[in-house]
Amino acid sequence: MPQTSPATKDVKQKNHNVKLATILSLVFAGLGQIYNKRLLKGIIFLIIESAFLITMLNFIIHGVWGFITLGEVKGEDHSIILLIEGLVSLIVIAFAATLYVYNVIDAKRDARLLAQGESVPSVRKQIKDAYDAGFPYMMVGPGLVMLVFIVVLPLAFMISLAFTDYNLYNSPPRNLLSWVGFQNFVDLVTLSIWKKSFLNVLSWTLVWTVVATTLQIALGLFLALLVNDERVKFKRTIRTVLILPWAVPAFVTILIFSAMFNDTFGAINKDILSQFGMMIPWLTDPTWTKVALIMIQTWLGFPFVFALFTGVLQSIPRDMYEAADVDGGTRLQKFRFITFPHIMFATAPLLIMQYAQNFNNFNIIYLFNEGGPAVRGQNAGGTDILISWVYKLTFDTNNYNMAAAITIIMGLVVSIFAFYQFRKTAAYKEEGEM
Amino acid sequence: MNKKTKSRIEMGFIYAFILFMFIIIAYPLLWTIGISLNPGTNMFSSSMIPENITFEHYKWLFTDPSSDYLIWYKNSVFVAVVNSVASVIITSFVAYAFSRYKFVGRKNGLYAFLLLQMFPALMGMVALYILLNLIGLLDNLWGLILIYVGGQIPFNAWLVKGYFDTIPRELDEAARMDGAGHFQVFFKIMLPLAKPILAVVALFNFMAPFTDFLLPRIVLSSPENFTLALGLFNFINNQFANNFTRFAAGSILIAIPIALVFLFLQRYLISGLTSGATKG
Repeated sequence: MPQTSPATKDVKQKNHNVKLATILSLVFAGLGQIYNKRLLKGIIFLIIESAFLITMLNFIIHGVWGFITLGEVKGEDHSIILLIEGLVSLIVIAFAATLYVYNVIDAKRDARLLAQGESVPSVRKQIKDAYDAGFPYMMVGPGLVMLVFIVVLPLAFMISLAFTDYNLYNSPPRNLLSWVGFQNFVDLVTLSIWKKSFLNVLSWTLVWTVVATTLQIALGLFLALLVNDERVKFKRTIRTVLILPWAVPAFVTILIFSAMFNDTFGAINKDILSQFGMMIPWLTDPTWTKVALIMIQTWLGFPFVFALFTGVLQSIPRDMYEAADVDGGTRLQKFRFITFPHIMFATAPLLIMQYAQNFNNFNIIYLFNEGGPAVRGQNAGGTDILISWVYKLTFDTNNYNMAAAITIIMGLVVSIFAFYQFRKTAAYKEEGEM
Repeated sequence: MNKKTKSRIEMGFIYAFILFMFIIIAYPLLWTIGISLNPGTNMFSSSMIPENITFEHYKWLFTDPSSDYLIWYKNSVFVAVVNSVASVIITSFVAYAFSRYKFVGRKNGLYAFLLLQMFPALMGMVALYILLNLIGLLDNLWGLILIYVGGQIPFNAWLVKGYFDTIPRELDEAARMDGAGHFQVFFKIMLPLAKPILAVVALFNFMAPFTDFLLPRIVLSSPENFTLALGLFNFINNQFANNFTRFAAGSILIAIPIALVFLFLQRYLISGLTSGATKG
């Protein structure tokens, strides 16, 4: 930037108007920066806003229109495409708004510096500053874009669907969708077939999450304590074998268990229970299917907890136990006051994640018996949990709107787990440090 | 009863329980191996200890012209390698920014990661299907990779960021003094020191395509694009060709390499997870 003589520069700086800079940057991004004599920055902002207006304005107007109306001409406007375009426009608007606000703040800050009598930095310094300030955004950029389109946008789409009337009989491009407010949620708890299915699935989901997860944690903890006993030999071998169920891909084991539990020719009935003259309808009676599912999940899930606890147990300082011995502490007391608090402190977030994972454990429910057996009077299988029900509603019966409504309810439950996680993490560190 | 006998009885119970667990763990695994060695395709006529052992199913998988097993293996390895490499690059970029820089949205971004990692990909399945269809990546391995790479960011960025935070800041400040730039600090200091956690991320993302079956089922539709998990599922799910013995043989061929890698690296997995969770 060409430097004027020091005298004139001084005068100009003293008269520099912060308000004017702010207003200019509000009128059009970059103008304020140019007034601040930060030509480079100003031009970049100018170009970004012009390019944005030229290329995106039509798309955004169209997108917002589509989002609000979901199409007006039957057979021509595709409501689903319009909905997605609308969501993309909203995301783009959010990005642009952030940039715009940043531009105003930046103009104001630079103007204030100038008014206080600081000189305009050289172009080289400006470029370096821009690079330094922009670097973290550059690093986050690719990940952020992917995250927005692959995780956030689909979730937003699902949430939107819950407020439409999109199902098998009312689907684009033949028909237009419309916004129905909370009608789907109302249907879910008032229409008898939905109400019955929903309550059954929800209660089983909660029982499943709590029982299966607690059992796998309890078994993992118990085994970790046993193997950690100093009198046990061959610790390495024992640990390796106990971790095997985790090492084998879960979908393989679930399919194998599904075959083994087959009512007529599965190994459990044919080879083991027949010795005692028993035949259990594992796959045709909902209660027995539930029992089988919980047992299998315990089998699949305990090794992770076992390995985790084993690691933590080894890190507990030995002298704590020695001190307890001196005080005459019993084994139970040592567990209650030393071991248990120790492992819980170190692993609580991971254990919470275990509950959250089982809440959403689609694989085991679907692969074992496809959520079945079927139950009279409801449109969910006898062992469906919320997520497998959503899958069926979406891909088998195309009840997209109801599936989405249930997804939102699942999201609320998941947020409770997340909320706990937040507090836990926040407790570990002071504000601003994270 | 003196102390020694009491201890003996206790040990007896401990070993008995461990033995019991061994049997429960081994039974399904050995049963699968047994089934895979039976002749014929039907599970009903198969038994855990076959009368005449045959390797015909293993041979069929590799040599029969109508077997797509090798293609599926190739697809899975391809997806696994690309996914693993891309995930490590993108995740470490994001984690570096979150660990070492102050920028707009940093704190909310971290909370968003925590929240988003709780939501399974299934919740957005319909939208992902439509989006991939829009950009023409449906029934395409790249489409699958794209979803894997994007979906892993919240969890792994959190994990890696937690590890980066444990690397002393003095190291990069010293390097800055010596004139190192942003990228130099990243490549010369952060990455080498964070190798253990990057290995964990690479491994997680390498294994995922081998074990995941849901996403491929939604994204991929033609058999020449299948990954192993999806192909194997179709062996027994396809009503007209219920090939349980063949499925058993195919499963063992996936399970053994994965289990070996896993057992070899599980120590790092555990330490990576605990350090990420408690320090994250």
